[in-house]
Amino acid sequence: MSTTVQTIPAAEAPLPKLPADYKPLLLVPALALLALPLIGDFPAWVTLTVAGLAMGMMIFLMASGLTLVFGLMDVLNFGHGAFVAVGAFTATFVLLPMQNWLQVDSVVMNLAALGLAILLAMVVTGCLGWIFERVIIMPVYGQHLKQILITMGGLIVAEQLIHVVWGPDQIPLPLPASFRGAIILGEAAVEKYRLIAVAVGLAVFIAMSLVLNRTKIGLLIRAGVENGEMVEALGYRIRRLFVGVFVAGSALAGLGGVMWGLYKEVLTAAMGSEIMVPVFIVIIIGGLGSVGGCFIGALLVALMANYTGFLVPKVALASNILLMVAILLWRPQGLYPVAKR
Amino acid sequence: MSEALLRLAGVHTHIGQYHILQGVDLTVPKGGLTVLLGRNGAGKTTTLRTIMGLWHASRGSVSFDGQDITRRATPDISCAGIAYVPENMGIFSDLTVRENLVLAARRGEPERARLDWIFGFFPALKKFWNQAAGTLSGGQKQMLAIARAIVEPRKLLLVDEPTKGLAPAIVQSLINAFRELKSTETTILLVEQNFNFVRSLGDSVAVMDDGRIVYSGPMAELAEDRHLQQRLLGLSLDAHQQRLP
Ligand SMILES: Nc1ncnc2c1ncn2[C@@H]1O[C@H](COP(=O)(O)OP(=O)(O)OP(=O)(O)O)[C@@H](O)[C@H]1O
Ligand SMILES: [Mg+2]
Repeated sequence: MSTTVQTIPAAEAPLPKLPADYKPLLLVPALALLALPLIGDFPAWVTLTVAGLAMGMMIFLMASGLTLVFGLMDVLNFGHGAFVAVGAFTATFVLLPMQNWLQVDSVVMNLAALGLAILLAMVVTGCLGWIFERVIIMPVYGQHLKQILITMGGLIVAEQLIHVVWGPDQIPLPLPASFRGAIILGEAAVEKYRLIAVAVGLAVFIAMSLVLNRTKIGLLIRAGVENGEMVEALGYRIRRLFVGVFVAGSALAGLGGVMWGLYKEVLTAAMGSEIMVPVFIVIIIGGLGSVGGCFIGALLVALMANYTGFLVPKVALASNILLMVAILLWRPQGLYPVAKR
Repeated sequence: MSEALLRLAGVHTHIGQYHILQGVDLTVPKGGLTVLLGRNGAGKTTTLRTIMGLWHASRGSVSFDGQDITRRATPDISCAGIAYVPENMGIFSDLTVRENLVLAARRGEPERARLDWIFGFFPALKKFWNQAAGTLSGGQKQMLAIARAIVEPRKLLLVDEPTKGLAPAIVQSLINAFRELKSTETTILLVEQNFNFVRSLGDSVAVMDDGRIVYSGPMAELAEDRHLQQRLLGLSLDAHQQRLP
């Protein structure tokens, strides 16, 4: 058994492939181009588009784990927002004492402090995810109604615990000095932090695609989303896989929470539950269980929210529901329906 | 007859409130191909799923290769050496042919010589190697499902109605594949309704009805006794007569 990858026909793993079905991909530029004449003003359109992309990337961070969790074990976790809020608040343990590192105009010192805060937030939310899975999710496998009730309960408890640990007031979270301000592109002003959010979101998406397409664990996750029973019949424990995905998804939600908190520059205990509405819309639009669909869905939802917020602020909230309805009329299972057993 | 590789003794299986298997006694001897026949709804699929631990027996025992596997979890049963080709084939349509086989190879990547051997009777798999399995035809999917079960040697193969809905030419290539497999001493438990497909392949046969085994013995005995066939398989035999490959 010395044979390895190289001996297999065309064993070179394909690049993380774009979905063969490209139509949903075109929706993002289509939406942006459609908005341009409506907004009329090019610099304003650039600003709004970058803001939408940045927000979309952050929503993707928060939603990607949730969609896989649903796909793998049919688990509806309404408590996912807890990881967003806890992640953001945990970051204050590093960011507030290290204010002087953040307020000097040194990219290196800013990044070091921020990196440390993100690392801590992800470790804490990952551990919290592990406990949450054991204590709250495991007893209700396969029982959807109970899952909804108990995970919502978990979210409420988490919010109360945030009040206990961090106090009842909202906490201001100023941006690091070097991320403040905007870059002027022609006449358009683009906030630096938004570009950073786009870069982080893209990096996570590419990393996830590589893992899902190039590693055996990734293949198992994709296979498990489609037919978990068969993955077990091939000799793999789907539960272990699920716990791993749950923990990774919680840590990503924690990362999303830190990014989101810095974006708003203020933290409230309810920030997790507030973001869950767009997050659920995104995973439904994308197709439950599909990471690619989740990515496109997040960009669409966030762009839509920014454009309508500018054009007709009154319907900004309703616009995402309308977007979801329109997409589900076109594809009832979401942009990338996941084949189910 | 040689020693038993798999033995079900008095197995009862409930699905929800339904009592499906009602005392199944089934022995699969080591090394041969055993056919499990029976009309629709007799409990053949439930029997295979109970062996795999996808349903659990509420009474009775399943032993495999000298171990009691009645209460084991599916991955353990699989790792003990049983491969399963379910009725719906269970291929991962979003994954390529190659990726489907990579997952089936628990030791790592599939071995080259083994793959060439499989390509020998299922050439379509080589042709569509990097294509998403969901785009394959029904027959090619069945080939992939079987290939996945044999990409590494296993002690026992459970195959559920592989010819269902397939054209005669494809059925013929499945027959060739099973002949090849038999020559490698793999033990096979094959569920089939198409008696003509299995009469030349099977070494022993069991017939199920209403959640019980109503006949078991050597295939030769059943193949020669038209009265017995008529009595046990009457309907399904007629239904499949025109599908003689
Ligand atoms: N998930 C289930 N829930 C309830 N009843 C079931 C379930 N699966 C199977 N049954 C019932 O169990 C009985 C046996 O089904 P099984 O699928 O084992 O039959 P089979 O012999 O494989 O039939 P076929 O030839 O049609 O595949 C049938 O009466 C069927 O209706
Ligand atoms: Mg069946």
